[in-house]
Amino acid sequence: MLGPFIAVLRRDLLLAWRGRADVLVTIGFFVVVACLFPFGVGAEPNQLREIAPGILWVDALLATLLSLHRLFAQDHADGSLEQLLLSPEPTVLWVSAKVLAYWLTTSLPLVIAAPGLGLLFDMEQGSLKVLCLSLLLGTPMLSLLGAVGAALTLGLRGGGMLLALLVLPLFVPVLIFGAGAVDAYLGGSGSDAHLLLLAGGSLAALVLAPWACAAALRIAAE
Amino acid sequence: MTRSRFNIFRFAVPQNFYPLAGKLAPIFAVTAAVLFLAGLWISFFIAPTDAQQGEVYRVIFIHVPAAWMSMFIYLVMAFWSAVGLVFNTRLSAMMAHALAPTGAMFCFVALWTGALWGRPTWGAYWVWDARLTSQLLLLFLYFGYIALINAIDDPRRADKAGAILALVGAINVPIIYFSVKWWNTLHQGASVSLTKAPSMATTMLMGMLVMAFAAWAYTIAVTLWRVRSLILERERNAEWVNEELDRLEAAA
Repeated sequence: MLGPFIAVLRRDLLLAWRGRADVLVTIGFFVVVACLFPFGVGAEPNQLREIAPGILWVDALLATLLSLHRLFAQDHADGSLEQLLLSPEPTVLWVSAKVLAYWLTTSLPLVIAAPGLGLLFDMEQGSLKVLCLSLLLGTPMLSLLGAVGAALTLGLRGGGMLLALLVLPLFVPVLIFGAGAVDAYLGGSGSDAHLLLLAGGSLAALVLAPWACAAALRIAAE
Repeated sequence: MTRSRFNIFRFAVPQNFYPLAGKLAPIFAVTAAVLFLAGLWISFFIAPTDAQQGEVYRVIFIHVPAAWMSMFIYLVMAFWSAVGLVFNTRLSAMMAHALAPTGAMFCFVALWTGALWGRPTWGAYWVWDARLTSQLLLLFLYFGYIALINAIDDPRRADKAGAILALVGAINVPIIYFSVKWWNTLHQGASVSLTKAPSMATTMLMGMLVMAFAAWAYTIAVTLWRVRSLILERERNAEWVNEELDRLEAAA
């Protein structure tokens, strides 16, 4: 059962490794966008510290959004997606593997890069830890929901903008609980509830999203 | 099997549904017009002036039914989408398509009238209140749905992709609502709350209900008309559509 899962995961990770530039561009985007905000809102440290969690979370959302097309577009273009769909292996299985590979190569680097950016915004250590934890728990939900959107818009004209319109409203709960976790920590009420909700959301998405994604891929390849 | 058993799937065939929709649509249109006039009369002439808000509260008679309808229509859309996916009926997807613009329209009306109501009572056109924010996100969900089905050229793919999106959205609507609600209560106190409004006079409630039924009838009428156009467009290669078009042309 796990054979095809591991095979697809390995293939996608290998492809990502050979096209390292794509992954690095996503991190570059994440860093550059975060660095734009002080120019826009002013470099007042207290204000920056206050808005940092929100900025980094919105930034992570945008970085995810802009890299989502990578998930299926390449395979769709060279026909391997159809081969995978024709294969007897369960679609849900290899779709999950692809999303996991995508998360490992896109979201995990963002989580690792976030503490460095947090320092630019003068965040203290405790809230940095909560921020990274919230990103770690919340980004799987972003990847999974985004995968459904990417599958629905596969091969459509104006796909990128359309994808943004489809998935950004769905990302709102993740943003609320992700940025809210840091605020709750700073407010003294503890971030546990927010983090648990993020983890719960990610688990629910893990159960439901691959099915929707598989159905959408089948429709797109018809 | 005897013919006495009514077969609901008979009307899943576009050819059979087209004349039925043609018969039902004017009935609902007239009902909507009558209820709308009655509702407006109740809301402007019978309902008493609100003790706290004065005359401005009367926007409630459009605002609340529109907000109800916008949420309800999304659920109906999701229902038809699910039916379409399960039974693979073309008409279900057409119903979902036909409902979307009306839902978005009611969503927009609710936001617009809410802004006009908010300015004199709260002092701002917009506050990041839980209800307002989730209504706004619902509007975005409608836009996403409409944009998606319009971006896909193949009608069958548009049907199915739209159906999946509507279902994903329907699962997310409550999540969005509660997350926004919680976010709001964490950030700012309940300075503006509709739920704590004093109990309503029965005439006010009556006016609101009549307007809600008017909105309901209007939605059904408009959707049926839109679905008729969709059927003609989709089935344009069928013989009965050509006959129908010839008949319409002769009548015109």
